[in-house]
Amino acid sequence: MSCLTDTNVLKVEAAASLTHNVQPLLHEIRHALARLLDDGGHTVIDLRSLPLAAEEVEQLLDTLGQGEVYARLHALGPTEIVETRYPGVWVVVHFNNDNEVIGKTIEICDIPDLLRSQQEDIRLGLGQLQSQLA
Amino acid sequence: MSKDETLGEALRRQGITRRGFLKFCAATASMMALPPSMVPAIAAALEKARRPSVIWLSFQECTGCIESLTRSHSPTVEGLIFDAISLDYQHTLQAAAGSAAEAARETAMEENYGKYILIVDGSIPLANPGYSTIAGISNLAMLEETAKGAAAIVSMGSCAAFGGIPKAKPNPTGAVSVGDIIKDKPIINVPGCPPIPVVITGVLAHFLIFGTIPELDALGRPMAYYGQSIHDRCYRRPFYDKGKFANTFDDEGAKKGWCLYKLGCKGPTTYNACATTKWNDGTSFPIEAGHPCLGCSEPDFWDGGGFYKAISTPTGDVAKAAIYAAGAGAAAGLALGAMNRARRDKAVGEHVKTTIDDLEKGD
Repeated sequence: MSCLTDTNVLKVEAAASLTHNVQPLLHEIRHALARLLDDGGHTVIDLRSLPLAAEEVEQLLDTLGQGEVYARLHALGPTEIVETRYPGVWVVVHFNNDNEVIGKTIEICDIPDLLRSQQEDIRLGLGQLQSQLA
Repeated sequence: MSKDETLGEALRRQGITRRGFLKFCAATASMMALPPSMVPAIAAALEKARRPSVIWLSFQECTGCIESLTRSHSPTVEGLIFDAISLDYQHTLQAAAGSAAEAARETAMEENYGKYILIVDGSIPLANPGYSTIAGISNLAMLEETAKGAAAIVSMGSCAAFGGIPKAKPNPTGAVSVGDIIKDKPIINVPGCPPIPVVITGVLAHFLIFGTIPELDALGRPMAYYGQSIHDRCYRRPFYDKGKFANTFDDEGAKKGWCLYKLGCKGPTTYNACATTKWNDGTSFPIEAGHPCLGCSEPDFWDGGGFYKAISTPTGDVAKAAIYAAGAGAAAGLALGAMNRARRDKAVGEHVKTTIDDLEKGD
């Protein structure tokens, strides 16, 4: 019983000795960034589909760091969109209304699609503005 | 949401913006283990998806599967997927009871014949139809009747998919899986004890988006979730590769989070999404909590020779005990089968209600 109450029992060894997926991921991001410059190609990497220990996700995000843009939008729960210290590399984290993470991606693009105003929403907004002014 | 309304129309009526819808599609793609490049296709298909009728039958089960699903706390994705179906019969959740509940099932079958999705959790007893009945109808009769008009069947949980714990030796009720009975319909097996909630919503989302059943493995499981072993996706896998194992639950290896293979982990022979999807709203999965994988999404996991024996270790006396149990079970099963086969066939053929007398005769 004592071992179950010992908080150190389940602690795993340092992240660097785990899946070793951080370095290959960083190279994948490097290739995607080069492609963005070459042909404007947009790349999305779903972090939840990869075997990564929690410490490794932290290590990856620490390496990417934070750049000039931080956006938080509210659509079916909050979403945080952060441009990393490498322009064109964005970290997008979706939450539900209970603030639980439901999606975590790295997007390599000039601007993530979710930040753009959508045609349907613009049309709806125009209608509302017209009604208000009528 | 009416049955003629598309999902896109229903979401707009609820005041959900296009941006919110795209976020929902991105989360759905992640949930379904589809590449993010599929998001525009998912958005286009979900926009036009119409509400399918779903009939959910619960047979020899513990209700753990429906608990797993309803206790998941991701209302954005799973709530919307569930809003997008018409759950016309689920006897644990529905308000109606008795003949009103059965009438709801019969109406849904009639109105959606050939189009509805049938979800089944629990195994089906063949030794005596009276072992498990709903409104006096045996599980076998209800399954055969409801399966006839189904577009596809989802066997939810290890009991429906493979027989599960009811089928464990000596299998006193003669439990079998849905696939042992129904041979002429597409069946999607979603095993696990219980299955991961997003897997069932992922299967429903796939049906909504593509109008087809997902790609399945040799055991009828969706490849997107069961395509890789727990072992291959496990964050402790590098310790296995280095030969670093926990030998007891409180030794140095256990404290350092080394591989649990020697403590009986069935990760190498178990195919499921626990290691990436995780449990309790993505908090962790059994191995991350320090316990070996039990292999609950594999056939006959309960009779695998001991949860704490390494899979390559001879199981010795456990195997011998299992052989004795199987012998006794087989004999009991044969006797029960001989006694009840005629009565069961008659009941199935005529849709006769099982009575208390039937149950007593079966003893």
